[in-house]
Amino acid sequence: MNKRHIAVVGGGLAGLMATIKIAEQGIGVNLFSILNTKRSASVSAQNGINAAINLKGKSDSPEKHFQDTLYEGDYLADQKAVKAMCEMAPSIIYILDRMGVAFNRTKEGLINTRLSSGSLFHRSAYCGTTTGQQILYALDEQVRCYESKGLVQKYEGWEFLSLVLDNQGISRGLVAMHLNSLELKVFVVDAVIIASGGIGSVFGKSTNSIISTGSAQSIAYQQGAEYANAEFIQVHPTTLWGEDKLRLISEAVRSEGGRVWVPRAREDKRLATDIPDKERWYFLEEKYPKYGNLISSDIASREILQICLDGYGVDGKNQVYLDLPNKSEVELNRRLKATIELYETFTKEDPRKTPMKVFPGVHYTMGGLYVDVNQKTSIDGVYAAGECDFSIHGANRLGANSLISCIYGAIVAAISSVNYLKGLEKHLDVLEPMFEIKRREQEEINDTLAKQTGSENAHLLYEEMGSYMTENVTVIRENKKLEDTNNKLQELQQRIKQVDLNESNFWANQALPHLRNLHNMLELARVITLCALARNESRGAHYKKDFPERDDENWLKTSIASYSLDVPKISYREVDTSLITPKPRKYS
Amino acid sequence: MSEKQIRLKIKRQDNPHSEWRWEEFSIAYRPKINILTGLMEIRKYSITVEGKKTSPIVWESSCLENLCGACSMVINDRARQACSTLFDDLDLSSTITIEPLSKFPVIRDLKVDRSKIFADLKRAKAWVEIDGAFDLGPSPRQDLKTQDIRYKLSGCMSCGLCMEVCPQYSRKNAFLGAATINQVQFINLHPIGKMSKEQRLNVMMGSGGVQDCGNAQNCVRVCPREIPLTESIANINRETTWQGILGWLKR
Repeated sequence: MNKRHIAVVGGGLAGLMATIKIAEQGIGVNLFSILNTKRSASVSAQNGINAAINLKGKSDSPEKHFQDTLYEGDYLADQKAVKAMCEMAPSIIYILDRMGVAFNRTKEGLINTRLSSGSLFHRSAYCGTTTGQQILYALDEQVRCYESKGLVQKYEGWEFLSLVLDNQGISRGLVAMHLNSLELKVFVVDAVIIASGGIGSVFGKSTNSIISTGSAQSIAYQQGAEYANAEFIQVHPTTLWGEDKLRLISEAVRSEGGRVWVPRAREDKRLATDIPDKERWYFLEEKYPKYGNLISSDIASREILQICLDGYGVDGKNQVYLDLPNKSEVELNRRLKATIELYETFTKEDPRKTPMKVFPGVHYTMGGLYVDVNQKTSIDGVYAAGECDFSIHGANRLGANSLISCIYGAIVAAISSVNYLKGLEKHLDVLEPMFEIKRREQEEINDTLAKQTGSENAHLLYEEMGSYMTENVTVIRENKKLEDTNNKLQELQQRIKQVDLNESNFWANQALPHLRNLHNMLELARVITLCALARNESRGAHYKKDFPERDDENWLKTSIASYSLDVPKISYREVDTSLITPKPRKYS
Repeated sequence: MSEKQIRLKIKRQDNPHSEWRWEEFSIAYRPKINILTGLMEIRKYSITVEGKKTSPIVWESSCLENLCGACSMVINDRARQACSTLFDDLDLSSTITIEPLSKFPVIRDLKVDRSKIFADLKRAKAWVEIDGAFDLGPSPRQDLKTQDIRYKLSGCMSCGLCMEVCPQYSRKNAFLGAATINQVQFINLHPIGKMSKEQRLNVMMGSGGVQDCGNAQNCVRVCPREIPLTESIANINRETTWQGILGWLKR
């Protein structure tokens, strides 16, 4: 076995696939995950995974997938990366199928596909509505196979704290913390792939797992990696709001025929089932006849929010109705069982009998670590893949493109990092002093956090951050509110220094890692807010009432945030439009 | 007090070697909140009903949607996921007890070490052996019927509840438990997985294998993903019997 190693940070779809592709080339992998990889946030992805396998006789093609992705992303996506992804996508589906993913089938035994938002092609392969879970498990099983061959060493229950950069700024390893003993350890690795997923927790409540703090990408950013298109946050049109989190009600419901509506009369007090069809307002279908309920997520979320602001929300609240599709019990179970059960479990209402009540909620980040076409970040030796990178989705993500982008990005990152490793002139084998320096630096941070006293409570600060971000930096944005949010975040960055951990037991201590995460979340929150403030136009998921139009002349460019101590430095980079010339995005 | 209060009694343990103790807390009732919401609220201030400051309660959770398997606990003597258990599901007139799973070593409070589950999956070689994660053209077709069966088996989230309630499963013996047996069946039904099913069945015939199942059928009643675990066990039982006979004939 080659004694060279690559570290992968994150054990979701992207992290596991990267691990498989590196191990396959005989290179060792240290895989870091704060939980057992099988519990990663990818588990919650419901709807499907896009690939133009064209099994519906509708002449879909990778080229059309490519065009849809760019159009949907309002032309901010990296065109070359998207093209490569769409071309690779069909083969990825077949690889996953061979690994044992339980994809739904057609009568002929082929992989079945369905529609997703923003496209008119049946392009999303799916496993009921547990597609993310199924793919995660299949990849986890493959990684377990490589574990048993000795090529993969999992560090589950370890949290990534810092890269170790040499005096030329090249990454030579990392520092991680064991979440039971709080032991800090350095790992000498030739390359690091960050595959740490989403950042939903920056908004407090989201459809993401609560572990989706974005800490890892925030750390890389604070160590010099550029963070791109931070302002583009996808708000999913249909989620179930709970006190603890927002639960995704998959767009698969609409894909299979579920309809969004409100009573035509404001403050209609009747039960949903008592309202006849002609008194129901299917506002998405009415406004977007071609795409109907599967109109792009950014548009659907804005329309739903606006309907509620206009006083049409069900029971006068922020919620609209979502019907289940009119299908037999067998077909409903085959296609949507998990989503139906999710709704039932948490509301005690049966959506087969009465329509679901849903509202938009934070779901996905299009922005992330800046990467080139090889998935390399702006730090040598550091790669990124999956939701934590910025490249594929532009200003708004095409439905069912997240899972495919995870796998694609991971494959490219794995190949690139192995090539990089093979071309490295100097490998480090011994612990040079910089490793110990970095470890001690992290230990000092822990000591400071453990000792600091004051009247602040980390959980309350977290809630304050989340509610500000959700209120002001989601569907409709205003510069004044963004400025207020930036001020609030700076205030929180001061108040966090007065947090008392209220905890003296340092075994399996969760307060300390939480406080570290909160620091990192606040950094990302500021980047998101300031990038949103700066972009005076509306594009994809970023919408400003005062600047309602897309402005290609001034804003067809990628925003790049670079860390500096006081305020993030924001600059812009031209978007490569050599493959497709941007055209106006119109759906009606 | 005008608002309805919920009383919770939580089993606390500072580390794997320390003694355990009960601590009681109280939160305000709201409709449709789950156990985790209650725990999160308690953790904010960590004050017991006696007004005593205590350490924050430690537990594992992640997706909060009954999909990741992290938040398994014993709630009112029943093993279940804390996220998908609403207070409305419980009798709130008496104190609710929350304990860690008992079949796995406690790390702290409600957090337990379930690494054995993953070690067992490794032991059972519960994966489809493929030539490599690269393009080898379209994958084999699968009939709708098999797919429907596989889908029902596919959702095992390694939460450990089936082991918790199994009379045969303990920390001291080698029994693999229902989850792992089900996973073997799931892999063996796959057109490529089928090609190497003998090696997994051999593990199922070895020590701690399927013959150690006592047919109590507790597992299937408690599975939060409603997987037909006993069907998987019966199928693996049949398959191992055949493999045993065939092996004997080949001798």
